[in-house]
Amino acid sequence: MSGSIHASPSVEAIGPAAAAAPRATAPLSPTREAWRRFRKHRLAVVSLVVLTLIVLGVLTGPVLWPTPIDAIDFAAMLQGPSWMHPCGTDALGQDLLARMIYGGKISLAVGVAAMLVAVFVGMLIGAISGMASGKLDAGLMWVTDMFLALPQLPLLLLLIYLFRSALEQVLGVQGGIFVLIVVVIGGLRWMPLARLVRAQFLSLREKEFVEAARALGASKLRLVMRHIMPNAMGPAIVAGTIEVANAIIAESTLSFLGVGFPPDVPSWGRMLYDSQDYMQMSPHWALFPGSAIFLAVLTINFIGDGLRDALDPRRVI
Amino acid sequence: MSRAYLLRRIALAIPSLLAISIILYTILALAPGDPLGELATNPNVPPSVQLALRAKLGLDDPVWQRYLHWLLAMLQGDWGFSFTSHEDVTKLIMQRLPVSLALFGSSEVLAVLVAVPVGVLAAARPYSLFDKIANSVAFFGFSLPTFFTGVVLILLFSVKLGWLPSVFDSSVTAHGLSWWWVEFKQSIMPIAVIGLFQGASLVRYVRSSMLDVIKLDYVTTARAKGIGSRRVLIRHVVRNGLIPVVTLVAVQLPIVFGGTIVTEQIFRVPGIGSLLISSILAADTPVVMAVTFVYACLVVFLNLLADLLYVWLDPRIALR
Repeated sequence: MSGSIHASPSVEAIGPAAAAAPRATAPLSPTREAWRRFRKHRLAVVSLVVLTLIVLGVLTGPVLWPTPIDAIDFAAMLQGPSWMHPCGTDALGQDLLARMIYGGKISLAVGVAAMLVAVFVGMLIGAISGMASGKLDAGLMWVTDMFLALPQLPLLLLLIYLFRSALEQVLGVQGGIFVLIVVVIGGLRWMPLARLVRAQFLSLREKEFVEAARALGASKLRLVMRHIMPNAMGPAIVAGTIEVANAIIAESTLSFLGVGFPPDVPSWGRMLYDSQDYMQMSPHWALFPGSAIFLAVLTINFIGDGLRDALDPRRVI
Repeated sequence: MSRAYLLRRIALAIPSLLAISIILYTILALAPGDPLGELATNPNVPPSVQLALRAKLGLDDPVWQRYLHWLLAMLQGDWGFSFTSHEDVTKLIMQRLPVSLALFGSSEVLAVLVAVPVGVLAAARPYSLFDKIANSVAFFGFSLPTFFTGVVLILLFSVKLGWLPSVFDSSVTAHGLSWWWVEFKQSIMPIAVIGLFQGASLVRYVRSSMLDVIKLDYVTTARAKGIGSRRVLIRHVVRNGLIPVVTLVAVQLPIVFGGTIVTEQIFRVPGIGSLLISSILAADTPVVMAVTFVYACLVVFLNLLADLLYVWLDPRIALR
């Protein structure tokens, strides 16, 4: 999706009149202008508010709700929502709200960290490929296409299965699996970004302002960092945002299949996995973490859509 | 389509398969321990036998030699034996592959049946109420992870209402019409989970691809000739607008396969996806490697199919 198609509902304001109207007010700074455009996407703004609430809840949760995540209470097993336990309890009588807060921290951290890995690798490969034409470019793009054709989930499962115990010995159970999941998810999701950045570089490096900078004697590194990269950031930010949602889904899927985080690290996906055997008696156990994953992913996707509108300068809003 | 193009495109698929096999083997070779030499590292086996086994399995040969051995064996159909069930891996996969393909195929059909009409109607009146609703619903659709949809459907239709079985039964004994009815009842939820997820992401692609075609000159010409708008849409726009969708379906395959694995696991469908999960949990390396490779082959093969289909649908491509 190159941005030439209006895939978003917020573009309805385009009309010949709106496009041709002279702007009387002083030009806004790029950030202010992006914010003005972002606000037009109503669902994206709502999503931003909801996601901010989720993040705040996860960060301040342990203070506001100090119940420990592993306090076993056999008198309160598999209870539905109540004042004592707003999200109910699980099969060991552990408080689900406390576990949801903890799990949210894990899931969001994995999402952001895996996104950073994917964006770093993707931008690096895309930038090298876009600047170097010829054999290096062709080779890198061949590798990218190869990675795109790899079946994601089987490979994720294979990598985690093979390397899990080795990393756990080095970094501890929690740290090992966190690093592994982040690196593996990020390492298998950089390809769309690399292609996007490369396409941006290919068109940007022929633009007059880059040529002017080159004529003034700017080094290649300076051209990239100072002139090309900032202009290629818009699509990369949009892709990166959506990557967070994808990484959250990937981590939840792994945990849901029982190969992600161990039971004492209740990420949202792990809670869903644990709840499966008790679905008849206590559906709330599955519904709370499931809805949390859905809500986080949905809001991030909407924010990405809003950013797509906001950061595309060719689009008139 | 020229035969030369066909041959060239098939020839291009072979290096990708080789590269994928190299990637898979590299991962295996980098992994600590000897994942393929279970017996040779088992402490209960006497050291002399272990040494003999290591020599026989070639565990101490250089990596490239081991890779060539493995590749040759794979090419000859000798995929090794499962560590847990001691069955031939080829046999295990062949038993389960048809189920997975049937599930994948029918959900893909469902996805197209949902996405194409909705996407076309949305593009016919861009930014109308229907378009906005379709767009938002699509967003909800592909933000819902397949494992959550599966769990919710089971909660609703199996636990609450008791209409549908939550677990796939592979040994249905009924015959004739009642066999079809039982199969239909137990497959509808898995198919719906994957189909609707895939359909939701397709809607947006169909819509934008239609919008690209709708503004072309020949569509204006058709309208100017006085052809009714419905006929223009169906005869002129949809036929051309759907061509890029073929590629988009193929591009999404690696993600869709993830959905089928999860769904097979939730509904206990006896396909290669649930085989993969159970082998991973049982540390059954030969099966894990084989199933991963089968998925990779399926992706490459279906991409090849999509490319050929594209050329057949759009003759302009083959000329280049």
